[in-house]
Amino acid sequence: MEFFQPATWSEALAMKAAHPEAMPIVGGTDVMVELNLDHRRPEAIIDLTRISELTQWGTDDGLLRIGAGVTYSQLINELGDRLPGLAIASRTVGSPQIRNRGTVGGNLGTASPAGDAHPPLLASDSQVELASTSGVRRLAVGEFFTGPKRNAMRKDELIAAFLVEPARGPQQFSKVGTRNAMVIAVCSFALAIDLERRRVGSGIGSAGPTPLRAIEAEEFIQGELDWENRARPSDATLRRFGELVAAAAKPIDDVRGTATYRRHALAVMARRCLEWAWAAA
Amino acid sequence: MGLGRGVKVSCTVNGHKQVADGVWEGESLLYVLRERFGLYGSKNACEQGECGSCSVYLDGTLVCACLVLGGQANGRSVVTIEGLEGAKVQQAYVEAGAVQCGFCTPGLVVATHDLLHRVPHPSEAQIREALAGNVCRCTGYAKIIDAVNLAAGRL
Repeated sequence: MEFFQPATWSEALAMKAAHPEAMPIVGGTDVMVELNLDHRRPEAIIDLTRISELTQWGTDDGLLRIGAGVTYSQLINELGDRLPGLAIASRTVGSPQIRNRGTVGGNLGTASPAGDAHPPLLASDSQVELASTSGVRRLAVGEFFTGPKRNAMRKDELIAAFLVEPARGPQQFSKVGTRNAMVIAVCSFALAIDLERRRVGSGIGSAGPTPLRAIEAEEFIQGELDWENRARPSDATLRRFGELVAAAAKPIDDVRGTATYRRHALAVMARRCLEWAWAAA
Repeated sequence: MGLGRGVKVSCTVNGHKQVADGVWEGESLLYVLRERFGLYGSKNACEQGECGSCSVYLDGTLVCACLVLGGQANGRSVVTIEGLEGAKVQQAYVEAGAVQCGFCTPGLVVATHDLLHRVPHPSEAQIREALAGNVCRCTGYAKIIDAVNLAAGRL
């Protein structure tokens, strides 16, 4: 195994181009588990923790551009007001130790269907910025995930950042697990309400081969919500929204839960998230 | 650096410069601390960040040493339980009866130290959240929470 520690982003991209099999590492909360438990022996490791721009965020044409090395703790502390849904999801990640190291960039790279950051990124129409020595491209996060632990990255690319619009209305996130901390989601759900465009975004986690949107549920609720007076939706409307979210999921039975349970829990979480979020609208 | 012959890890540990040569490229900071620097206070249990027994400070941030690659600690400052100014927290753990087998205690003391420096008078919910990544299989946590409250009153 080789160990590379580039000091600059262009150096990192050159190293990745020269060693396409190299595994990038920042927080190590996924990569180190695989190394420690002997699940993976990459030919090379590229440590990206020396590259300061990866840990920075700023605005880019109305969007927040957040470096791939920004930790969950940073997101909670520095961006909780602008990205409340992602901040709620970030608070459910692991433990303080994990949130201090883990990054959204790493979550995207691992591309687990259960990644906690993915549903809120989907609900807010985020983009992923990929870079290589041959250039930069931005992908809608929905196109980024291609299967369980698979994504659309080429081998010579690194994740530079993700881009997301600051919240234009209430956002919510909910996750089911066996305890509050240190769990991989049995399933999860994110909701983002855009009061200006009168749109609702959704994201389903850990109930399909990739994180999923519930398009039909979004379209249904956009037509039902009382955008003028912000009246509470009827119980029947809330229930229907939950059913449509559950119908959009493609869950399987696995060690963490059954497909039937996941659909049921998603319907409940979707209904509750909508009720909580709309009450704050 | 690194053609499969190991890397050099040079960092400050508990205020002292430490250097290890020939560190395997995939080796964790925890392994470096224990097996190369002889600092056995940080415990090795789950090796996947689940138990918190290897909690240390890396440049002032609470982390699991098992999830830090040795090479990532190059040029950084590490504080382990051995170098922590945590006597008041340790004493509170002893007095509250929060130590049974003791394996989780170093990690919990470091995590408690971190909490009390961020939140001097935490609520029980804040204590539970802050220590959620530190697993104890003996105490049932009640006396650990007592210990944190006792330490909070003294710091």
